[in-house]
Amino acid sequence: MIKKFFTRGYIFLVLAFIYIPIFILVIYSFNSGKTIGAWEMFSFKWYGKLGEIGDVVLNTVLLAVISAVIATILGTLGAIGIYYSKGKLGKAVNGISQVPVVNSEVVTACALVMLFMIAGLAHRTLFGLYVGHIVITAPFVMLSVMPKLKQMDSSLYEAALDLGATPTQALFKVVLPEILPGIFTGFMLAITLSLDDYIVTATLAPLGYDTISTAVYKAIALTTDKASEQVPIYRALTTIIFILTVAVVVFINVRANRIAKKRAEAGL
Amino acid sequence: MKPEEKVIKKEPFIREYKPRKLKFTFSRQQLCIPYALFLIMFVIFPLLLVVYYAFTGSDGSFTFNNFAEFFTDTTKISTLLISILVALLVTVICLLIAYPVAYILSKMKQSTAFVLLLLFITPMWINFVLRAMAMKELLSLIGIPLGSFANIIGLTYDFLPFMIMPIYSTLIKMDKSLEEAAADLGANKFQVFKDVTLPMSMPGIISGAMMVFLPVMSCYVITDTFSGSTGFSVIGKLIAWSFLGENGTLTNVNGGATIALVMLVIMFLTMLLTGGFKNNNNARGTNL
Amino acid sequence: MAEQIKRKEHIIELIDLMRRFEDGVVAVDNVNLNVRKGEFITFLGPSGCGKTTTLRMIAGFDKPTSGKILLNGEDISKLPPNKRPINTVFQRYALFPHLNVYDNIAFGLKLKKLKVTYENEKGERKEKIEKLKKWEVAEKVAKALKMVDLEGFEKRSVLTLSGGQQQRVAIARAIVNEPEILLLDEPLGALDLKMRKDMQLELKEMHRKLGITFIYVTHDQEEALTMSDTIVVMKDGVIQQIGTPTDIYNEPNNSFVANFIGESNIFSGTMVGDKKVRFINSTFDCVDDFAKNEKVDVVVRPEDVELLPEGEGKVNGTIISSIFKGVHYEMVMKVGKSEIIIQDTVEKKVGEKVSLNIMPDSIHIMAKEFTSNKYEGYITKHNTVCFGDGEFECDVTTLYPGSIVDEEGYLVTAEGERLDLTDVDVNVEVGLKDIEISDDAEAGGAIGNIVSIIYKGDHYQLIVRTDENEEDFVLDTEYTWNENDRVSVIIPKDKIKLTLKEEVKR
Repeated sequence: MIKKFFTRGYIFLVLAFIYIPIFILVIYSFNSGKTIGAWEMFSFKWYGKLGEIGDVVLNTVLLAVISAVIATILGTLGAIGIYYSKGKLGKAVNGISQVPVVNSEVVTACALVMLFMIAGLAHRTLFGLYVGHIVITAPFVMLSVMPKLKQMDSSLYEAALDLGATPTQALFKVVLPEILPGIFTGFMLAITLSLDDYIVTATLAPLGYDTISTAVYKAIALTTDKASEQVPIYRALTTIIFILTVAVVVFINVRANRIAKKRAEAGL
Repeated sequence: MKPEEKVIKKEPFIREYKPRKLKFTFSRQQLCIPYALFLIMFVIFPLLLVVYYAFTGSDGSFTFNNFAEFFTDTTKISTLLISILVALLVTVICLLIAYPVAYILSKMKQSTAFVLLLLFITPMWINFVLRAMAMKELLSLIGIPLGSFANIIGLTYDFLPFMIMPIYSTLIKMDKSLEEAAADLGANKFQVFKDVTLPMSMPGIISGAMMVFLPVMSCYVITDTFSGSTGFSVIGKLIAWSFLGENGTLTNVNGGATIALVMLVIMFLTMLLTGGFKNNNNARGTNL
Repeated sequence: MAEQIKRKEHIIELIDLMRRFEDGVVAVDNVNLNVRKGEFITFLGPSGCGKTTTLRMIAGFDKPTSGKILLNGEDISKLPPNKRPINTVFQRYALFPHLNVYDNIAFGLKLKKLKVTYENEKGERKEKIEKLKKWEVAEKVAKALKMVDLEGFEKRSVLTLSGGQQQRVAIARAIVNEPEILLLDEPLGALDLKMRKDMQLELKEMHRKLGITFIYVTHDQEEALTMSDTIVVMKDGVIQQIGTPTDIYNEPNNSFVANFIGESNIFSGTMVGDKKVRFINSTFDCVDDFAKNEKVDVVVRPEDVELLPEGEGKVNGTIISSIFKGVHYEMVMKVGKSEIIIQDTVEKKVGEKVSLNIMPDSIHIMAKEFTSNKYEGYITKHNTVCFGDGEFECDVTTLYPGSIVDEEGYLVTAEGERLDLTDVDVNVEVGLKDIEISDDAEAGGAIGNIVSIIYKGDHYQLIVRTDENEEDFVLDTEYTWNENDRVSVIIPKDKIKLTLKEEVKR
């Protein structure tokens, strides 16, 4: 009993450590005042001003979605190719994939700056920014798809050929549906990584092009009036992101429960 | 009206197979070509450039001067050493907090553990600069000044979830009968933990540590947020600023490449020491 | 003309078929085989014998390294699997998990194209390439489901089916395409015993109804005997015997086939006269003709041994074990040093003195497979010989009659010539009884694993295979070893017979 009390207590403390800062932010996002700790009155004032950072949010989302789509296509093709090339080539590409995963983002970003420099290109372009985001996300897509390929019964592809499918048909009608969950996981992962990125964006984005990461950093680090003016708006944004995330998590949870229940009813 | 047509013959149609020699055909292996080319162009080649620039002077001649400069510059060297120290400290703190969490969760009923686990990783979907902002505002609310202590709290706060996931997933995959077997053979609870559970969860600890140690050294945005007037930053900032200067223009490319190479070597050594090369389960891969 | 008619009956012909994998292993070696139209033919053999590789080459998943596969007289060995009128039932069924039962079965039909000739009122004809109509697909799927007794399962997910039901879906999915040949790769391997027995009969019945050629692969000899018209026994990529189940069972070509198909007693024997063979210290009449004094292997099926009260049969002995097997008792009788397995419905108690008799046509005689081991080797500078992945002490003076070895290790011939034998190539011969094996890895000149054990009545014939070049040492021993035991091979110096490959240059 005492043990249970301690373990539950410990979990509760760590959760508190994680959530208290977020809750404070959420609470003060409804404060009409600017400063945390000085409650003035309940208001949706900062939510009304969300439009001011609309372009930043749009930049972030566009960057995340487009780069994730490209990374997913590249990574999925890569995973299929690596899986089916048994020799050294597959191993080599697989090895290279690990590099951006373990490498620090600073080095990845700066190496790209050098590349653009010797290619005679400007190093702060939208093109470079997208390349940077795809570099850090595509290997994760590959790594998410690979286990699904390995789990797949290797005779499925052969069975499709046996039943008259061409190699392309077999790939689209049999292999692709099988690895779809992995592709989806990889896509979501790519979006998360891109949304979360600061360093690559800060290094490669054109001047004046801000995503949430870089804009928030400017707002809290720089003390210029205009930048810090926006801090309360980002509190409102955090609140919205938090609520959305919780909603998604609850939705997934409920759905998983329902599927589990269905399975249980089917007697499996 | 369409003229009446009647079927008089049906036969299987199999398009004649001609092995295509000249026309472009793709095999499944070749599907990885775009991916491989992309990686070679934007990962491998740039890294080779890093090595090249690290060993050349501003006039393009081969030199060790960049390294001599770096290793004799006390500010740079101390930044490097302090970065390593801070990264180690944060890794250890995260491990000390995360291991019990993962261990307790792994012993719970699976449905409860799943819900709690979701609670632990949900904040990971909030942009990490926003999370840093939240922590900064909390610290100022309860009156902890910016500086080294605030820095450690901020880093721990941002990286903790990365440590919980991999440890939990190795613990949950571990064969429970191993612990029972150890107890059966006369080990007490502490011995079971020390001799069975802990060694078995080592892969999780290592991949968790990798997710914290290396990023802490390079992720200067958090330290910049929490350092305040101390002005401390990690080695990552040194690299970025060597390249870009404050207003985003290219400055000292060779110097930056040198520090980047030092980072690469540190990364390589860490991976080698921890056997991280063999360890493919990355923590980020499990955050969905 | 007769040749052509014969050809027409052969739906599949394998000609000098060979498959060498990238790692150098030859999985299928020089296989020649004709499969008749409508036949139920089974490839039988232990795992790794090349039976599945042969099947995969017929299906098109694997390409032969050399040789041809003829389908109705045309070479199809370069054709991809989707262009062959052949369908496969896979070992673990390979059902598409994302499709339901109906869509799994309809998979092939939906891809199928037909050339349809139309004629209008004016008598003009035109051809169109069409896919099967939806109702046609539905009709065919329904028929196939009926065939495998799964009516009403259309909408079920294949993941919710039992093993036996998945098996039936896999069969339906293959036969719905009306292939000329159905390939079955150990299709019953994942089922439990009872289910397997039922499915054997059903498959046989299905073969009768469909009238198409079945090519079946299994390692289960009983399955092969029950179902097949023809059995092809394979070992190490080589066909050991082709024949009807009765032929294979009653007239095995060699001791491997005899041992693999059913239980059998295999003895070492000697021909002592015209159709007379001597084994277990007794002379028996037999029906096979071999040269007098030839060493032979004698195969006797356990059920062919007649047990009689002591003194009434040909050979007396004692029962040393008796196990009830349901239908019969399986007893072991000891005669001198030999042990004989006997199956009989009447039980004899352990310790009982009995006598046995064997009818001449129950004694099957085969030429002895190994009389000695032969290798190619070379002499080292220490005057030892290297062969069979090992190094052994030997007497190099036997190469030249009357020669001696001097202090410096040179060979001095009878004529007084000094020869350096280093790296000289030699032929090596070692008798089966001259090889000893030991648990101690250091004791012998070569190390390997026991890959085969055949009981020969009073001794075991073992094959020890080395790791590096897979050299085989065949030996006779009285001691019991287990398969896969790791042993070192000991050959006494004087038992290694050396002959020169060519004269040493002086």
